[in-house]
Amino acid sequence: MRPTLLSSTWVIARKDLAIEFRTRTAFLAVLVFAVLGVAVFYFAWDATAVAALDLAPGVLWVIFTFSGLLSLQRSFGVEQAERAMDGLLLSPIDREAIFLGKALANLLFVAGIQLVTIPAVALLYNLSLGRPLLILFGVALLAAVGLVAIGTLFSAMASNTRLAELLLPMLSLPFFVPVVYGAAQATSTLLAGRPSQEAWPFLKLLIAFDLVFLVACTLAFPYTLEE
Amino acid sequence: MLYAALTVRENVVLAARLYGVSDVRAATERALHHMRVLDRGDALVRALSRGLQQRVSIARALVHEPRVLLLDEPYTGLDALGAAALTDTLARLRGDGGTMVLVTHNIAQGLAVATHAAVMHGGRVLRLVRRDDLDSANYADEYRELVGGAA
Amino acid sequence: MSSASFDDAAGRSPEAPNAPVALSITGRRFDWLLVAAVACMAVAFVRAIFFTPIEALQGAAQKIYYVHVSAAVSAYLALGIVALMSIVYLWLRDERADRLAESAGEVGLVFLTVVLTTGPLWGKPIWGAWWTWDARLTLTLFLWFLTAGYLVLRGAVDDAAMRARYSAVLGILAALLIPFIHLSVYFFNTLHPMPIVLKPDRPSLPNEMLVTLLVFFGACTVLCLALIRLRYRYAVARDALRGLESEGGDR
Repeated sequence: MRPTLLSSTWVIARKDLAIEFRTRTAFLAVLVFAVLGVAVFYFAWDATAVAALDLAPGVLWVIFTFSGLLSLQRSFGVEQAERAMDGLLLSPIDREAIFLGKALANLLFVAGIQLVTIPAVALLYNLSLGRPLLILFGVALLAAVGLVAIGTLFSAMASNTRLAELLLPMLSLPFFVPVVYGAAQATSTLLAGRPSQEAWPFLKLLIAFDLVFLVACTLAFPYTLEE
Repeated sequence: MLYAALTVRENVVLAARLYGVSDVRAATERALHHMRVLDRGDALVRALSRGLQQRVSIARALVHEPRVLLLDEPYTGLDALGAAALTDTLARLRGDGGTMVLVTHNIAQGLAVATHAAVMHGGRVLRLVRRDDLDSANYADEYRELVGGAA
Repeated sequence: MSSASFDDAAGRSPEAPNAPVALSITGRRFDWLLVAAVACMAVAFVRAIFFTPIEALQGAAQKIYYVHVSAAVSAYLALGIVALMSIVYLWLRDERADRLAESAGEVGLVFLTVVLTTGPLWGKPIWGAWWTWDARLTLTLFLWFLTAGYLVLRGAVDDAAMRARYSAVLGILAALLIPFIHLSVYFFNTLHPMPIVLKPDRPSLPNEMLVTLLVFFGACTVLCLALIRLRYRYAVARDALRGLESEGGDR
């Protein structure tokens, strides 16, 4: 009885999350990097010249991007040892399920990082905790979908090349720009208390990006596998 | 094809789920029992010896009770206990009507489960006989003759 | 071993190693297209420098504009070929499509570099700024990053089939990205209008300048296509040589 796309996606995601949760080192490492980064940025800027409220979204989304990249680096590393990927490919599940499962696991990983990073930003930059936090979480989740779609695919490709660690950021960053831009504009608009209609075009940009690239990367994934 | 960071049971359960096995729990316990690794079910794969890992690999491959099985040197790395477990499992599968192609250099182990035996050399089958028509005592000599002669 | 194989392919016989070589694959034919392209470019340059009036407001520096815009159009043409060949490759698995994409990608990068260097060279004397985030320059910058990434990816994969597949996937995804970059830049520019004196976009041109621009377009396009073809031939020869070498090694 062949598993459905949905159930096999969930099987793959659970497997990745189980492996991640077993060691936890990668998660903690990325978490430390993210919070450290937030603090470093604070010292890098003159807080008297630029208001913290204006700075916060920019810092948040830059850290989001780079901690996201770190999270994605580990994604396909786990399959390299023991040729575990062969086991997945020999089974009757859809190839797309492997991609979606890994993307889902990455999404939860990135979301977990953001769950700590966003309050850290709010704390260090004196944002009020409450509505602003919810806005940031929501936009971060939207942005994370696009980030993870691109990053999971490129991580799969890069892991088969010689320059894996260099290639993933080099290929992904141009794709992350519309995501980061949309997210940053949406959050700064909303945090400044402007009417939400102003933020809507940016949210539409994010949603459109997510849809287009989630589909495109899912369809492209089987082409990155050995024939 | 094992995940070193997962336990023995988790690896086999994963395989069962990937193949859409209906009763995952029961199938897993059965497979682990047949390969005599049930007692190490909660150990991480990375903590096991090579021989034990090999047994877990085989349990993983068999959990969904395949109708056709291709085995390439499955006895490599197995100790006597593991080899016995594998032979019993293969015999059981054969009894259930499954088809197997077993490639091995260990003639004794191969003959223990086979219904037919073939000698291959240089990509060609040199001889194919039914197991019952074979004289196992002399088979090793016959094999050496065939392969040595055809070189 | 390998040199003997290449000599065979080149039509050299071991008995007469100094006999004239006839490379059967690409032929040492006269590359008339490339020569014509260079001639056209020379004509275009001469016309632009000597026979086109100097623009009143911007001065002589404005003439860089011709190179800048023509190079941009040629770059887009080259990258369009990359995107198209990526689709063709994934669809037909024809390695010629992959070779063409590789060639167009390299030539495209060169033209993009020209755009990115002439942009500031034109911009500084005219707007007083090296860089503005206007639509064309920003898009060109992104295309530069994407194309460079494309070529680095190609360099990092050893297996030819995998390289072709990966490049094709990247090519298609990059093409999908372009509208999103456009949209982002459009938002950016409408929200943060640049305080510049002159619009960095195409100025309205009198006839003579328009003709020069068109001449430049034409010459640049011909040059672009000639270079792609030249590079493609190199790729064919290189792959043939690799094929022979691996055969020689097996013997």
